[in-house]
Amino acid sequence: MEFELPDDIQALKKTVRDFCEKRVKDKAREWDHSEKFPLEIVREMGQLGLLGIRIGEEYGGAAMGALAVAVVVEEVARYDGSLALTVASHNGLGTSHIRMFGNERQKQQYLPKLATGEWLGAWALTEPGSGSDSAGMKTTAVKKGDSWVLNGSKMFITQGTVGDVFVVLAVTDAAKRQKGITAFILDKSLKGFSQKSIHGKLGMRSSDTAELHLDHVEVADSQRLGEVGMGFVDTMKILDGGRITIGALACGLGRGAIEESVKYAKDRQAFGSAIGDFQAIRWMLADMQTEIDAAQLLVFRSATLADAGKPYTREASMGKLFASEAATRACNKAVQIHGGYGYTREFPVERYLRDAKLCEIGEGTSEIQRSIIARDVLKG
Amino acid sequence: MPLKILVTAKRVEDYESKIKVNPQGTGIVAEGLKYKINPFDEIGVEEALRLVAKHGGEVVVVSVGTKDVHEQLRHALAMGATRAVWVNHTGPMDQLGVAACLQKIVEKEKPDLCILGKQAIDDEQSQVGSYLSEWLGWSQATFASKEESLESDAEKSKTPAIKLAADGKSITVVREVDGGLQTIESPLPCVATTELRLNQPRYASLPGIMKAKSKPIEEHTPAALGVDMTPKLTVTRMAHPPARKAGIKVPDVAALVEKLKTEAKAI
Repeated sequence: MEFELPDDIQALKKTVRDFCEKRVKDKAREWDHSEKFPLEIVREMGQLGLLGIRIGEEYGGAAMGALAVAVVVEEVARYDGSLALTVASHNGLGTSHIRMFGNERQKQQYLPKLATGEWLGAWALTEPGSGSDSAGMKTTAVKKGDSWVLNGSKMFITQGTVGDVFVVLAVTDAAKRQKGITAFILDKSLKGFSQKSIHGKLGMRSSDTAELHLDHVEVADSQRLGEVGMGFVDTMKILDGGRITIGALACGLGRGAIEESVKYAKDRQAFGSAIGDFQAIRWMLADMQTEIDAAQLLVFRSATLADAGKPYTREASMGKLFASEAATRACNKAVQIHGGYGYTREFPVERYLRDAKLCEIGEGTSEIQRSIIARDVLKG
Repeated sequence: MPLKILVTAKRVEDYESKIKVNPQGTGIVAEGLKYKINPFDEIGVEEALRLVAKHGGEVVVVSVGTKDVHEQLRHALAMGATRAVWVNHTGPMDQLGVAACLQKIVEKEKPDLCILGKQAIDDEQSQVGSYLSEWLGWSQATFASKEESLESDAEKSKTPAIKLAADGKSITVVREVDGGLQTIESPLPCVATTELRLNQPRYASLPGIMKAKSKPIEEHTPAALGVDMTPKLTVTRMAHPPARKAGIKVPDVAALVEKLKTEAKAI
């Protein structure tokens, strides 16, 4: 068993860290406060190849695997959860749906610009009335000659207003439920397609989240992504991969919480010594480090399985479940260690806590993860 | 006219690591340290890449040390250097040994220009570039910098600060000297060393990292090059700098001026 990252992934990690130290570290607080999506920084990350990690070389990507994405997302999350969510969702959701299930023409049309970040990808599954029960969606697509007409709304769509390319899931045959859902690629400028920014989120405030409205949006059948009726089945495979990256994101936030807490515990004086000398603080740090290390191992295991072409649904859910809850606990302890200062924006730990909470909800809640794991465990 | 440029990539302790002197006072504690390419060398790699992007040619990166230096060579390759040369050496070495190895590599490679960091951030000796130019009999342009700031358009467009003459036979270098900048012209071949303000090195991009994996690293040994690596310098003692005494606080500017006059006698 190997616990060292391969050389190329270590080099990649270093690039991301250097970039974040110089371009992200000092600005994340302000972006969070003003809910500003840092488009310029995202474009720079695109130039570094960080938005086309899994895309094949023939389409201008790096053709690397799930472990590479996990390492990049974790490293970005160490500095800024929102930006990590942008990187995770772009690499993981919209881009992956086209990469995995698009036909050659669609791949050639979309992947090169998605790989460089000239276009940002968004992926629309969740609706105002359906989250965990995603097959209960109400958006419809009705065949009309060589086209489809889409009607409905989508909710909490990451890159929903800054995105250029949208993959939208819609019901094409309600009677077939999960086998009656189809995916479509929508360009932002289509008639009847509108996007509305959602503000006032607890965390992930500089990640772009939006509501989408589809009012008789007509798309050609050539924009259909994958087979008719296979959209939901394909979606489940994409979400498995997405869970690895959300687990990695949580690990990055947890690491940030630990590093900030260690710094503070060494520096802050109380009762004549640094608070890091007190057992109460030391035990908190020990638990934080142990849990985040364990979380990282679970996440890296699922990524390694995925890259080896082995089944990883259960492992990805376990990684995501444990990492997100461990990160929230670690960030909560980090605020506690920082005391009154931790409750203010002066220190980044309150932001990490707010960002970490999303990891327990997005891309499948903790409850959904437990259902997936339990189903697999009971299968025997 | 295509340029062949030789650059260096010394492996140095990362300045973000906590550096501790060992209890014997003979060196630093290596455990838990992180390493990186000497930042001045990285600036040299960047300048070479810009020159080659403009004029064509190739960038050859050299490092001396154990196999660990492959990490720094790969970093330079990932930034865009064409190929790497590794002088495989384990054990102590000083600037004379390193400069002698570089001289032999330069004699083999016959570059038009060598760009080295003006110094390494570990031992701060600042000597290798000058030895190299002296032993090669080449001119040297140390402390290469530029007039434009690191926020200028010239920097943003990645324009090389070292200018190649139209006939390709000489370069113009703006040097950082005490009290200002000095512009010199030097015939090629030449050895240049980099200042901090020469450029801002690019990041190794992901496609760059992938490409670097298949770029060649050619191995040499000091013995085969005919270089005796026995150090002529020995470190007799290492110590942390003494802790600085706390300063004093003055209530206002008037008191400060008064103290500067009467106590420090600085004004």
